[in-house]
Amino acid sequence: MPTISIDKAALFKELGREYTTEEFDELCFEFGIELDEDTTDQDRPVVDGVQEPPQLKIEIPANRYDLLCFEGIALMLNIFLGRKALPDYKLVPPANGQLQEIIVKEDTTKIRPYVSGAILRGIKFDKARYESFIALQDKLHQNLARQRTLVSIGTHDLDTVQGPFTYEALPHKDIKFVPLNQTQEMNGEELMTFYEKHQQLSKFLHIIRDSPVYPVIYDSKRTVCSLPPIINGDHSKISLDTTNVFIEVTAVDRTKLEIVNRMVVTMFSQYTSEPFTIEPIKIVSEHNNETRVTPDIAPRTAQAEVSYINECCGLSLSPAEISNLLTKMAYRAKPSINNADSIDVEIPPTRADVLHQCDIMEDVAISYGFNNLPRSFPSKSGTVAQPLPINKLSDIVRVEAAMAGWTEVLPLILCSHDENFRWLNRKDDGNTAVKLANPKTTEFQVVRTSLLPGLLKTIRENKAHSVPMKIFEVSDVAFKDLSLERKSRNERHFAAAFYGKSSGFEIVHGLLDRVMSMLKSAFMTAEEGLNNPAIGDSQYYIKELDDPTYFPGHSASIHLRVGGKDHVIGAFGILHPTVLGKYELKYPVSTLEINIEPFL
Amino acid sequence: MASDLTNPLLDALSASEAPILSNEAFPSHPSSSVKSALDRLGSRQMVEYETLEKEVIVLTSEGEEIATNGSHEAKVFAAVVAAIDGLKISDLPGLVGKDNAKVGQGNAFKRGWIKKDNDKLRAATESIVDETREHLLTVQKTRALGDAKVLADLKRRKLIALSKEIAYKISKGPKFAREFVKEETDLTPEMIADGSWKTTPLKPYNFNAKGAPTTAGALHPLNKVRQEFRNIFFEMGFEEMPTNRYVETGFWNFDALFVPQQHPARDLQDTFYIADPLKADPPHEDPLSDPHRLKATQPASQATKDKPVDYQKYWDNVHEVHEHGKFGSIGYRYPWNADESLRLVLRTHTTSISAYVLHKLAANPRPARFFSIDRVFRNEAVDATHLAEFHQIEGVIADFGLTLGGLIGFMEVFFAKMGIHQLRFKPAYNPYTEPSMEIFGYHEGLGKWVEIGNSGMFRPEMLESMGIPKNMRVYGWGLSLERPTMIKYGVSNIRELLGHKVDLNFIETNPAVRLEKE
Repeated sequence: MPTISIDKAALFKELGREYTTEEFDELCFEFGIELDEDTTDQDRPVVDGVQEPPQLKIEIPANRYDLLCFEGIALMLNIFLGRKALPDYKLVPPANGQLQEIIVKEDTTKIRPYVSGAILRGIKFDKARYESFIALQDKLHQNLARQRTLVSIGTHDLDTVQGPFTYEALPHKDIKFVPLNQTQEMNGEELMTFYEKHQQLSKFLHIIRDSPVYPVIYDSKRTVCSLPPIINGDHSKISLDTTNVFIEVTAVDRTKLEIVNRMVVTMFSQYTSEPFTIEPIKIVSEHNNETRVTPDIAPRTAQAEVSYINECCGLSLSPAEISNLLTKMAYRAKPSINNADSIDVEIPPTRADVLHQCDIMEDVAISYGFNNLPRSFPSKSGTVAQPLPINKLSDIVRVEAAMAGWTEVLPLILCSHDENFRWLNRKDDGNTAVKLANPKTTEFQVVRTSLLPGLLKTIRENKAHSVPMKIFEVSDVAFKDLSLERKSRNERHFAAAFYGKSSGFEIVHGLLDRVMSMLKSAFMTAEEGLNNPAIGDSQYYIKELDDPTYFPGHSASIHLRVGGKDHVIGAFGILHPTVLGKYELKYPVSTLEINIEPFL
Repeated sequence: MASDLTNPLLDALSASEAPILSNEAFPSHPSSSVKSALDRLGSRQMVEYETLEKEVIVLTSEGEEIATNGSHEAKVFAAVVAAIDGLKISDLPGLVGKDNAKVGQGNAFKRGWIKKDNDKLRAATESIVDETREHLLTVQKTRALGDAKVLADLKRRKLIALSKEIAYKISKGPKFAREFVKEETDLTPEMIADGSWKTTPLKPYNFNAKGAPTTAGALHPLNKVRQEFRNIFFEMGFEEMPTNRYVETGFWNFDALFVPQQHPARDLQDTFYIADPLKADPPHEDPLSDPHRLKATQPASQATKDKPVDYQKYWDNVHEVHEHGKFGSIGYRYPWNADESLRLVLRTHTTSISAYVLHKLAANPRPARFFSIDRVFRNEAVDATHLAEFHQIEGVIADFGLTLGGLIGFMEVFFAKMGIHQLRFKPAYNPYTEPSMEIFGYHEGLGKWVEIGNSGMFRPEMLESMGIPKNMRVYGWGLSLERPTMIKYGVSNIRELLGHKVDLNFIETNPAVRLEKE
C-alpha cells in the first residue's frame, strides 16, 4: 500500500480545525486510510537551514488513486465530513473553439499505442502545489502505472511549444533532443547510455530500450516534448511560473491511461484561473479508431439496488437515506424515479475503484460506519465439522511420535538444489522436483522432495543441544506430476532423525515399528511378504537397500502391503558419512522417511 | 568419604556437654564440608546449629610469602651481609629477584639497615628485627592485631585483607545419637516382602529440590497453536479444506480471485514462479488418481442435486469479467492473457484453495463453512518479521442473505475464543473482497489496538463467475498463524518460531497452548 506524506498544518487548515493525533487517527480509521506516523514530536530533517514542518504519513488503499496527493486527501476528507460537496469538474474548450491536437502515427502501435492528454489553463503554482503536482505523478507512476510500464505522464509549459503535437515512434538514432535538466543534445541511443547509471531513471530504460522504435512526442516545430516513458525534453519543462500546463499521457493500457489522465486533471484543476475547469484536447488516431476528445471526466452513471445494499449491510434504509450516505463518499446519488428498489448513482471521475454495485454498497457501509452496523450471528451451515483425512492421519502419527519421546520440528519447505539432491548423494533426474524460477537466494531453489534436508539443518543449527537429539516432522513434499492440471502434487511424509554418539539405527527402526503398530500394520519378514500374499489386511516388511544416501549395509527400504498391493513407502538407515560432512554433523545420524498417504 | 564429618561431629558433640564451635573443633575443614554434615544431621533432628559470621583478618598471598620467607628489605639486608666486600647494586636483582630488589632496597635505606658506597651496598647495622614479618606472623596465628596503625599500613600494602569466616555453633538435637546410621534411600520390593519397612529408617525426601527430569517428546509450538485454531473451527462447524497443494496456477491463485494480471502481487518481486514444470493446463476436472481431489462430504441424498461443473464456462467467465466486465461489473478493461493464467506459482495464499472449494460448492450451492491452516509462500526479503514461508489461517462461510454485521458478529465470537474480546473494523482494500475489513483487536498486554486479521465478502465478480447465485454471499477472513503466536509468546524474530533455526529447547519446554486463557 502506498504511503504519502502531507503537511499537517496545511491539511488541518483545509479541514477547518485542529485534530489531536488520536482524533485524526480515528477519522482515518473510519474513512479507511491509516495514519502511520505523525512526525510532530520527532527529529525532522533540516533542509537549507529550515526544519521540515510536521508531516502526517498516511497509508492509502492501493485502489484509491484519488488519495495519492494532498489535494485528494483534503478534498475527500472534507466531503466525508460533510464540509464540502464534490466539485463540478468542467471541460472548457478555448475561446476560439479550436482544440489543441495530438496526431498519432501508426508506428506507435509497435511500442506504446495509446495517448491521451489535457490542458490546465491559468494554473497558479506555489512551492507546495508544485511539489505536490510532481509527487502525484511519481505516485501514479509507481503504483497504477506499474513503474511506468503501463502508463507514463509528461507535463509541459504550453507557452514554450506549439501545437498540433504528434505522437510518433521512430528509430532511436533519429530522435535528438536535450533531456530535462541537461544541456547537451543526444539521440535515443546516446540517451540510453547516458542514463544507464542514473539512480531513478535507469530502472525505466528496459521498457523501450530493445525496441526498434522509441515513442516520442513532437510539437509542430519538431521540438521534442518527451520520450515516454523515460524523460521529457528540457525545452518545455514546467516551473513555478508556468501558467498553462500541457499534459500528455502515453500507455499500453487504455483503461489505466484515462484513469491517470483523470486523476492528474481533477486533482490540479482546482488551481486554474477558473477552478475545476479543464481544457480538453483532441486525439487524432484514425489507424486504431482512437480519435476522441480527452479527458473524459463525465461521471459514470450506474444503478444500485436498495434491497441489495440493505441486505448486505443488514440495514433497512430508505433510498433517500442511502443517497445521503453516498454523498459523503463523493457520489451524487438520488432515488430512481421509476424503480423504488433503485438508486441512480453518479460515480465521480475521481473514483476509478468503483466497478460493481458491491463497491457502492461498501461505501454505504463505510459512510454508515462499519462499527455502527447492527451485529448478528450467522447460524446456518450445511457442512459438518471435520478434519481433512490426511491431516487427521498426520495428527495420529505426530502424536504417536511425540509420545514415543521424539520432538517435532518445523523446517522450511523450500531448500537449495544441493540440499535436496547432491548433499544427500542423490541425483536429479529432472522429473522429480518442482524448481523455482525467481528465488532471491539459493536457499529457495526447489520445493523439497524429502523431509531430510530440513531435519539435518535443524540438527546442524542445534549442535549446542544435548545428545542424543531425536526429532521428527510430518509434512508435505512435492513432486512433478505432468498428469495433473498443476503439473505437480504434494505427498504427506513422516520423517525422523536420530543424532548421537551411537548411530541410533535400531532406535529409528524401533520408531518405525511403533508407528506401524499404531497404524495397525503387522510386521512380517521379507520372505513372508514375498511368499505369503495373504497374511492379513495391512503389513509391512523391510529389505536391505543399496542407496548412496546411507552407509553401506545399513539401510532398508520399507514396504507396505495394503489390500494385497505392495507400496514402497520409504527407507531408513544410517546416513553416509559424506552426507554428514555436507551438513556439518560430527556424530552419526540415522533417519527414517515414509510416505503416509497409503494409510489413508 | 574423606571429608565426611558426620561421625567426627557426633563424636565431638558427645564428648562435650556444651555446644561446640565448628571453627575450633574442625579448624582445618572448609565450612562447606561442615555444612553438608550439618544438613544431613539437621534434617534428621540429630543436631541443631546456628550460623555465626565474623570478620577476620587473613594474609594475602604476598603476606603469606613474607610471613614464611621474610620481608623484601630483610632479604636485601641478608644479601648485602652475605656479600664479603659489599654488594654491587646491579647484582642485587639477580640475587633477590627484581621485585624484592626494588621495594626492599628502598625500605632498607629508610630503616638505616644499609648504606651506599659508590656502586656498592654495605650493611649499616649488625642485626635487624624484621617487624613486618613479625606482625604478619601474629596475624596468621591470631587473626587479629592490636595496633590499628600497623594494621592499616599492612592493609595499604596489600599484605592483609578482611574476610568473612563462617562458623557453626552446634548442639545436640532431640534425636541425638552417638552414631549416624546410613538410611535406605527408597522403599524396595525386598523391604515390602520381608517387612523390614517397619523398622528401616528411610532417608528424608528433599522437598526443596525438583524431581528427576522426565523424558518427553514434544509437539512444535506453532503446531500446538494451529491445533487450537483448528479446534475453534471444529467447534463452530467448519470443514477442513484440502490445502495439500503448494503449486498453483495463476488462474486459481489470482485470476479466479479477480486479481488483475498487472497487479503488483503478481510481480516476480512478490510471487515465486515455477521454472520446471513450466505451464499448467486450463482448469479441468481432477483425475480420480489425484490425491487432492475433493472428496464428497455432503450426504449422498444431497449429492444427487449436484450439477455437472462446467470448467470451460468458468474459464470464459473469468476471462470476460476481467476484460470486459460481467455480472453487473464493468471489469478491469484490459486484454486478459490466457498464458499468464497458466503460469505456475507457489501459492501466495490458501485463498486459491478456497476458490477451488467454492467452485465445487457452486455445483450445489448450499450454506457451508470451510477453513484451512497451511503454508504459503512469498518471494520476500527475509527479516525479523518476514520469511519466504508462513502459515495462513483462512475461514470461509457461504450462505444466502449474509450481512456485513453478521461477519462482524461472527468475528467477535471467533476471536473471543482466543481471548480477544474487543474488536473494531477498518475499511480496507483487497482485490477479491468487497467490503473488506481489517480486524483490530485490543491487546491488553500491549495496551493498544493491534491488527489481527483481514476479512470481507468475496466479490460478485469472483463468485458469479463460478456459478454461485447472486443472492448467496460468502465471507472470507484470514490471518497468519505466526503473528498471534509471536505476540502470545513474546517472540520477536519469526525465525525463532519457524524453520531450521528454531531452538530445540524452546520446542521442548514450551507450555501447552490455551488461547482462551490470557
